[in-house]
Amino acid sequence: MQNIKNDLFQVEMDQDGIAIMTIDQLNNPTNLFSTHFIQEFIQVAQEAIADKDVKGMIITSGRSMFMPGADLRELRSMGNNPEEILEGILRVHQQFRSIETGGKPFVAAINGTAMGGGLELCLVCHHRIVLNNIKIKLGFPESKVGLLPGGGGTVKAPYLMGIQNGLMYLLQGKEVRPPQALKDGLVDDLAENQEELIAKAKDWILKNPNPVQPWDNKKHKIPGGGIWSPTGVQTLVGAAGNVTKMTHGNYPAQQYILSVVHDGLQVKVDRALEIEARFFTKLLGSKEAANMIRTGFMEMQKAKKGVARPKTEPKYEIKKLGILGAGMMGAGIAYVSAKAGMEVILKDVSIENAEKGKSYSSKLLDKAISRKRSTVEKKQALLSRITATDESKTMAGCDLVIEAVFEDPALKDRVTKETEAVLGKDKIYASNTSTIPITLLAKSSERPENFIGIHFFSPVDKMPLVEIIVGEKTGDKAIAAAVDYTVAIGKIPIVVNDSRGFYTSRCFGTFVNEGMFLLEEGVPAAMIENIAKKKGMPVGPLAVHDEVTLTLSKYVIESNPDSDKNPDTQRSYKIIMDLIAKGRTAKKDGAGFYDYPAGGKKKLWKGLVDMFNPNVDTLNETIIAKRIMHRQAIEAYRCLEEGCLRSVADGDLGSVLGWGFPIYTGGALSYIDFVGIQQFVADCDAFTQQFGERFAVPDSLRTLADTGKSVHDYS
Amino acid sequence: MEAYIYDAVRTVRGKGNKKGALNGITPTDLATQTLVNLRDKHDLDTTQVEDVILGCVGQVMDQAANIAKTAAQQSQYGDHLCGVTLNRFCGSGLESINQAAAYIKAGFRHLIVAGGVESMSRVKMGADGGGMFMDPAVAIPGNIVPQGISADLIASKYGYSRNDVDEFAYTSQMRAAQAEKESRYVSRISVKDINGIDVLSTDENIRPSTTVEALAGLNPSFAMMGSMAGFDAVAIDRYPEVEEIEHVHHAGNSSAIVDGAAVALIGSKEAGQALGLKPRFRIRAAAIHGTDPTIMLTGIGPASHKALKQAGMKPSDIDLFEINEAFAAVVIKAMEDIGADHSKVNVNGGAIALGHPLGATGCMLTGTLMDELERRDLNTGLVTLCIGGGMGIASIIERV
Repeated sequence: MQNIKNDLFQVEMDQDGIAIMTIDQLNNPTNLFSTHFIQEFIQVAQEAIADKDVKGMIITSGRSMFMPGADLRELRSMGNNPEEILEGILRVHQQFRSIETGGKPFVAAINGTAMGGGLELCLVCHHRIVLNNIKIKLGFPESKVGLLPGGGGTVKAPYLMGIQNGLMYLLQGKEVRPPQALKDGLVDDLAENQEELIAKAKDWILKNPNPVQPWDNKKHKIPGGGIWSPTGVQTLVGAAGNVTKMTHGNYPAQQYILSVVHDGLQVKVDRALEIEARFFTKLLGSKEAANMIRTGFMEMQKAKKGVARPKTEPKYEIKKLGILGAGMMGAGIAYVSAKAGMEVILKDVSIENAEKGKSYSSKLLDKAISRKRSTVEKKQALLSRITATDESKTMAGCDLVIEAVFEDPALKDRVTKETEAVLGKDKIYASNTSTIPITLLAKSSERPENFIGIHFFSPVDKMPLVEIIVGEKTGDKAIAAAVDYTVAIGKIPIVVNDSRGFYTSRCFGTFVNEGMFLLEEGVPAAMIENIAKKKGMPVGPLAVHDEVTLTLSKYVIESNPDSDKNPDTQRSYKIIMDLIAKGRTAKKDGAGFYDYPAGGKKKLWKGLVDMFNPNVDTLNETIIAKRIMHRQAIEAYRCLEEGCLRSVADGDLGSVLGWGFPIYTGGALSYIDFVGIQQFVADCDAFTQQFGERFAVPDSLRTLADTGKSVHDYS
Repeated sequence: MEAYIYDAVRTVRGKGNKKGALNGITPTDLATQTLVNLRDKHDLDTTQVEDVILGCVGQVMDQAANIAKTAAQQSQYGDHLCGVTLNRFCGSGLESINQAAAYIKAGFRHLIVAGGVESMSRVKMGADGGGMFMDPAVAIPGNIVPQGISADLIASKYGYSRNDVDEFAYTSQMRAAQAEKESRYVSRISVKDINGIDVLSTDENIRPSTTVEALAGLNPSFAMMGSMAGFDAVAIDRYPEVEEIEHVHHAGNSSAIVDGAAVALIGSKEAGQALGLKPRFRIRAAAIHGTDPTIMLTGIGPASHKALKQAGMKPSDIDLFEINEAFAAVVIKAMEDIGADHSKVNVNGGAIALGHPLGATGCMLTGTLMDELERRDLNTGLVTLCIGGGMGIASIIERV
């Protein structure tokens, strides 16, 4: 066999007759499990099998990652002809199987992260050795984008790891480090360095001239037992229950993974791979996978890279960050910024308050150290970057100042003026307000073009989204600065134009309100909560209201001068006030829509029955579900139409990351297409008649529906 | 053409575990002993019996390969005797009587032995596998949950407290103890070994000494599978009006797992006359009805109303009811749905006290009902069972 070097890999023969394939996909940022690669790989592998001078082949990587997965862009564009897709996959399986049964040893020398298709490539090999490096991850993340491992992984994982453990990997996309992978049976050996890795691989090839895969070996026993063993039965029955608990039937991938395992383990491996291919084909054509790949992967990647920033603006570097107010938000912002390497000045009215804010970082790091996710050295370094202060003049050298004081316009006015007095004239000032319009706050500023909103979500260290709010006079430089800052701290920015409640709070508010309206109309509280969760909302609208507190809702309504013009606001205000009058205010007060017994599980407050006289037959489940979901989507669409949102992608991402709108729909705007735009419009028309103007369909949406277009065609 | 019940016999019920008295007796033997008893009791001309229909749920191992024909052969009624085994889960024992009745009424057969058998100590529940719970393509879209979760769902949805179900269970035990004391189970037979020695001669599971307090102390049986295996969430997805599944059922207020067999002799008027047999009951109605598989166990009400309609009767026309005590909440719900007073229901106890040998129970309840109607000199009885997968079955019998 000749040495090969192309834009995908190089293959070199050593003196023992072992071929070493080093994958290095020159035209890709990382090695990908793509059709092009698979075809070339198979051709070389078959050549090696046919050549009697080749004893075996080692597959390794020339990149830092072995192969982190499939080419999702390619998968998305595979067309919509299921027969063709299935045929293509079956052909690949046949070729992979010819390698597995070709009588020549193939060893995966895994010297970097191998996920999804990359890991499946390793499973075609007869032996897997992985570099014992903590940075290396192994796993099957396919279910996270609505797919299943379709390169043989779903069938093979249980053979290697047992049904129960295999399902943990497949259903949840569990990622492991090399020692755990060895323990679980996903790989066969560890190596401490590259030399040892290759040496071990060569050694194995020389000692195992005619290897047989476990799934071809009649003597191989599935760890823990097969499908009809007591463990198998218990696992499958329980998994069906837990998949429903986890997905509520909204994510077909998990169900199909179970089906492949259940159906496939009862037949020979070739038939099982065919079963896997059929389910994979079905998922690849599913709306859910398309949505999860688009919003959850493509748009997310773009946003992470700062797609929302004005292209012409130069990169805005933030070396020193000022934070006004060391409360919960300020303290969290200090932590994530210092973690990203910025110098942080954390100011509050007293040095004690400021220090208290700084100690929040200390607490988070102690927790991380106890979980071995950080070290004492890293903690010291991070804390040394945060300076606690009570003096405004320390803001002088900051590149960006984020104000995170109480939601009091007068207070905000004062600190803006104080800070601008010392802040460099070309520097950016941002407010972390979640309720007050930026244009209004910018009136306090001498330099409104440098004034912007950077809305964090709580808790700051956990929530990935940042909503950047552009005021009437905010300039491009401020937008670029805010996006660059968000990208620098590893969060995902969306950029919206100023509007009351901005985008996320405004739509989230409709979710909470619709829950209350249903309750007021006599729908039992449990139905509202359970149906919302069944549609994929992480928490019911009443429970989440208890969390954000009814007192905050009251404040937001009272501080909005336009509240009395909006009948829906008036309606929710009355419900809120009635509840507050009965002492039902918040989870933190132990009493809201729910009771919160000390140490016990929350339970819906029995008093709701007397207040609202519920009846199971008030509205049927379909209507309740649509009211809860459609209401959010129509508000998101209005944000788009009114120009608050600048793109459909921002609307989708903001809904998924901001208030937990379910990703299978693609997000609050893509949801309209998910339901079917014509169906959505018809539903909303009926709801407008029956339940009120809040469901009124905007003209531009009706036009899209009438012309057979998608919400993504909005322009 | 009418279908008559000439007689019914059942074995005693042994605890359905390895310590149970009948654990050493094969299910074929259990079924055979009922057939032999029926023959000997009536000096039956077995050449006239055409078929044996037996209900049996776990048709694997000992109970596989058509246990009805296996027992038919063992009973030595003759080589002409055929056998068929059916599975309508917990309703199997009554289904076999209903199918026999239908054959008779159609004129296709004239004399049939119908009943059921289950050795739960030898063939464990679920040993026969199947797609209902195991196949994700069925279980997930169907919101399938184990029966215990369905029973707890019924209690949660309809507001039956732990005390309600425990009180019900206590009553079942007390009534069974009373019936035992007064020897009311007249068609019950002991199970014998190869020597003719009694292996068990009374129902092994009755606990006359139990108290409501003792029942209140038992741990719920299905809380763990509800949370760990996600089945509470599965049930709530189907019934979102239920905030939380209250796990009120436990070993003391659910049917006991037991071994046993029962058969009834079903025939036409002419077939009985030819053999000099006196019919005891006439089968007036036989109905089934399906519900959703999640709540699963509420088919009794609709099936019973269908049977009443068939017979042209009202609930008040029924003198006594036998409602299978799969779980206490099932019977409480069934009594509400039918409009049956507890004083007329399961007057000699039920499966909570005596046990529920899946395939046999329907036939056992029919025999118990026949004996009690005669003892009280009453006329009409309704026998009904809830069934896995979401079904209910009900039959009405009337004294001749």
